[in-house]
Amino acid sequence: MGYSAFKVFWQGLTGNKGWQPAWREPDPRPQYDIIIIGGGGHGLATAYYLAKEFGVRNVAVVEKGWLGSGNIGRNTTIIRANYLLPGNQPFYELSLKLWENLEQDFNYNAMVSQRSILNLIHSDPQRDAFARRANAMRLSGADSELLGPDEIRALCPFLDFDNARFPIQGALRQKRGGTVRHDAVAWGYARGADMHGVDIIQNCEVTGIDITDGVCTGVQTTRGPIRAKKVAMCAAGSSGRVAALADMRLPIESHVLQAFVTEGLKPTLPGVITFGAGHFYVSQSDKGGLVFGGDIDGYNTYAQRGNLPVVEDVCEGGMAIMPMIGRARLLRGWGGVMDMSMDGSPFIDKTGTQGLYVNAGWCYGGFKATPASGYCYAHLLAKDQPHEVATQFRLDRFRRGAPIDEKGVGAQPNLH
Amino acid sequence: MLILHCPYCGTDADETELAPGGEAHLKRFGPGSQDADFEAYLFARENPMGVHFERWRHANGCGKWFHAARCTTTLEVFGTYSAQTLDPPQEIRDAITAKRPGWRWRDFA
Repeated sequence: MGYSAFKVFWQGLTGNKGWQPAWREPDPRPQYDIIIIGGGGHGLATAYYLAKEFGVRNVAVVEKGWLGSGNIGRNTTIIRANYLLPGNQPFYELSLKLWENLEQDFNYNAMVSQRSILNLIHSDPQRDAFARRANAMRLSGADSELLGPDEIRALCPFLDFDNARFPIQGALRQKRGGTVRHDAVAWGYARGADMHGVDIIQNCEVTGIDITDGVCTGVQTTRGPIRAKKVAMCAAGSSGRVAALADMRLPIESHVLQAFVTEGLKPTLPGVITFGAGHFYVSQSDKGGLVFGGDIDGYNTYAQRGNLPVVEDVCEGGMAIMPMIGRARLLRGWGGVMDMSMDGSPFIDKTGTQGLYVNAGWCYGGFKATPASGYCYAHLLAKDQPHEVATQFRLDRFRRGAPIDEKGVGAQPNLH
Repeated sequence: MLILHCPYCGTDADETELAPGGEAHLKRFGPGSQDADFEAYLFARENPMGVHFERWRHANGCGKWFHAARCTTTLEVFGTYSAQTLDPPQEIRDAITAKRPGWRWRDFA
């Protein structure tokens, strides 16, 4: 069933009685071509692109809880492509391009809003570094521009420009960055995949991965065994647990990242703003709440809640750049379990077991990567070759001494 | 607030006093070892959901490194102990067994 403005209008006139469930709830079949473990954003996007772009429709997505119950519903909804290194930036630019056409592509309103992202500059060396980054972004075809303090004053007069310690001297802006309604991304991909014949099986925990003579043959689940030619792990914060079922250890630790939202305010922020001298990023949701976050708590945890020192640290970051945030009341805070890789960059790769694939290590940045992660993982699964923008997301890059050390954003970016 | 007892100076330290140091009891593979072993020692992590042995430094205190046994789902602390050991001491294992019967982590049971 396609959605359209006319349909919304007609349903409004007829008591909204004609809407159908957006996807089926099938029982697992005994065998599939590909099983995707994890029904979050990346898993659903993978299934969607497998069916739509690569013609592989005999696919199941198995999800332990309910659809999109993990980080796709627990993030700060920011999209951007402002990376530096050639291993990363083309991938995120592909992702941004897919975001730009996403709603037309899967016929679902994901509220993609390209309201721009500002990375504030607080010192001369930082301006040099951001100028280099801006050039690197342009090499991949992305947009970037450097703003001076006057232009930022016009955009964001509420910032603390003359802060004694971290004066705002400029910003790196990407106008095509912005925010997206995160839950709608999961729902849109789920509906799109379902319409192309993918089985989405919720409340179905994988309890074992069947491996015979080095070949993966299927999975054991709480709803019985399912055989498959290929099994694709895509479990974000739970990647370590899923990999352990295949006797693998990953270069990943699970950490909690907290996020917060204030009470609803009138339109205040023109886009996403990030602090260049601490770790703080903020945007305003369409409901009006200021959505912001900062650092991980710093020690291994699978609890989807964090501790108070980080709450204080994040709020200090907010007060340092926009003191007016202190007048807003905090409405909610929550935590998501991040799969922190050792260099801050992800993995989309085969494993040592034939027919078993891994997609993990997204650290803080999984949400913006959702479309490209799904697209590139689907490419790898369908063709057994990495997509051209994801060739460096290899599981063996540490052994080869080729980590993608993008500004060291991981939990322990190769420094432990 | 996570509070750990420093086994060296005897203080009950808040997490603001402490610096996390990641998984404990990693077996070191140095020069002359297999590449795969060296890579695993440097990068691969157990990352368990449940009982976790980890290193902490009493950074804003006595400065010593020590070990803690902690649950990564409930954040419950089973105990802390000296870093001058290759394996978790028996009393730590007993404390974990009392609360998590049948737990397993690597070869420690």
